[in-house]
Amino acid sequence: MSAPQAPVAPARGITPALQRRLFLVGALLVAGGALSAVAFGDLGESLVYFWDPTQMAAAGEDAVGATIRLGGVVKAGSVEWQQDRGSLKFIVSDGKTEVAVEATGAPPQMFREGIGVVVEGTLTQSGVFASDRLMVKHSNEYKAPEGDMSADERKELYSTVEGL
Amino acid sequence: MGSEGAAADRLLSWDRVSLVIGLLLLIVGHYQGLFVAPAEAMMGDVGRILYVHVPTAWACMLVYTACFVFAGLALWSGKGKWDAAMEASAEVGVLYNALLLIQGSLWARPTWGVFWTWDPRLTTSAIVLVLFVGVLVLRRVITEPERRLNLGSIAAVLAYAGVPIVYFSVKWWRTLHQPFSSPATVSDSFITPLRLAAFGMIFLGIGLIGLRWRALRREVERELSAPALPAALPTLELGQRGPGGAA
Repeated sequence: MSAPQAPVAPARGITPALQRRLFLVGALLVAGGALSAVAFGDLGESLVYFWDPTQMAAAGEDAVGATIRLGGVVKAGSVEWQQDRGSLKFIVSDGKTEVAVEATGAPPQMFREGIGVVVEGTLTQSGVFASDRLMVKHSNEYKAPEGDMSADERKELYSTVEGL
Repeated sequence: MGSEGAAADRLLSWDRVSLVIGLLLLIVGHYQGLFVAPAEAMMGDVGRILYVHVPTAWACMLVYTACFVFAGLALWSGKGKWDAAMEASAEVGVLYNALLLIQGSLWARPTWGVFWTWDPRLTTSAIVLVLFVGVLVLRRVITEPERRLNLGSIAAVLAYAGVPIVYFSVKWWRTLHQPFSSPATVSDSFITPLRLAAFGMIFLGIGLIGLRWRALRREVERELSAPALPAALPTLELGQRGPGGAA
């Protein structure tokens, strides 16, 4: 640590080289320890990005009024989109529990039935989830379109993006 | 090491060769990605960011891994060349990491609907960027060369603990970010441009590390090997450089 003393250091038993190597071992231990704490320390419970409908239902009254992220799949056949009023209603499901969601604003281009979504908002007394932010989950699948996608179809995919 | 000046001027140094290979691979890969491969079925042309973002992420992890190894070598040996290599790779890692976050945001807006959200994958990548910026700042702040080697490399080893956490974040926690993709989840027609671009980013990264390493190395080595007479050396340097450099 004390640089001006460098020539004297060997006499103390710990040479600068030994000190550096001890630093290396120490840093590796701390880094490895931190990594294993995160990997095996069961942080999962306290690091939840979104709740699923079942968890929100389990929270009962406590969930009402708080800002929550709710994640699940848009139930097939549940989407009601009224463009003139900018009102979007759909049901989010995790397979066990269903929650009715009312969102404001135009949905992202990827939004469709059967896709994963995360909505931010609050659960109202009536049991409807009022969302002011709708995010669409993209899966890890990247697929080429079946058959060839025409220029018009590609434009169509784009046009919804431009409206954002 | 006496011919270092000559090596730096040599046109075909390994870092320049690597840069050119990287750029060529990126050109061919992105030509394929933009014009040959079909658009993605759900995302359309927006999905083509796959060839930019995923290679950047892979290369960024490799660059940070190199930084970690160099930090270990620097602490083990105390040699300036590893110290300079650590700094060079930390710089390139920060560059790739920043690019990664920008690319991700550009893709996220049309796909997810938002530029940013505090999802575990995004949050941990941002934290790792801040940590490695911290490593670079630390090196700028410390003027005493041996202290700079020690503390800089210790900080780099500690910061690197975040990299596996970023990688596994999509597996350990619920995220908005998609989980690992694999050749099984990526259409065959996307794989060639993806691989070309990935090797492109890796070679580009090696080249950039090499360029920065060359630039940093001499200074770092000089400072580390000159503890006794700090005032005398600059004069000597100036004297040597004068006739060769100025002419």
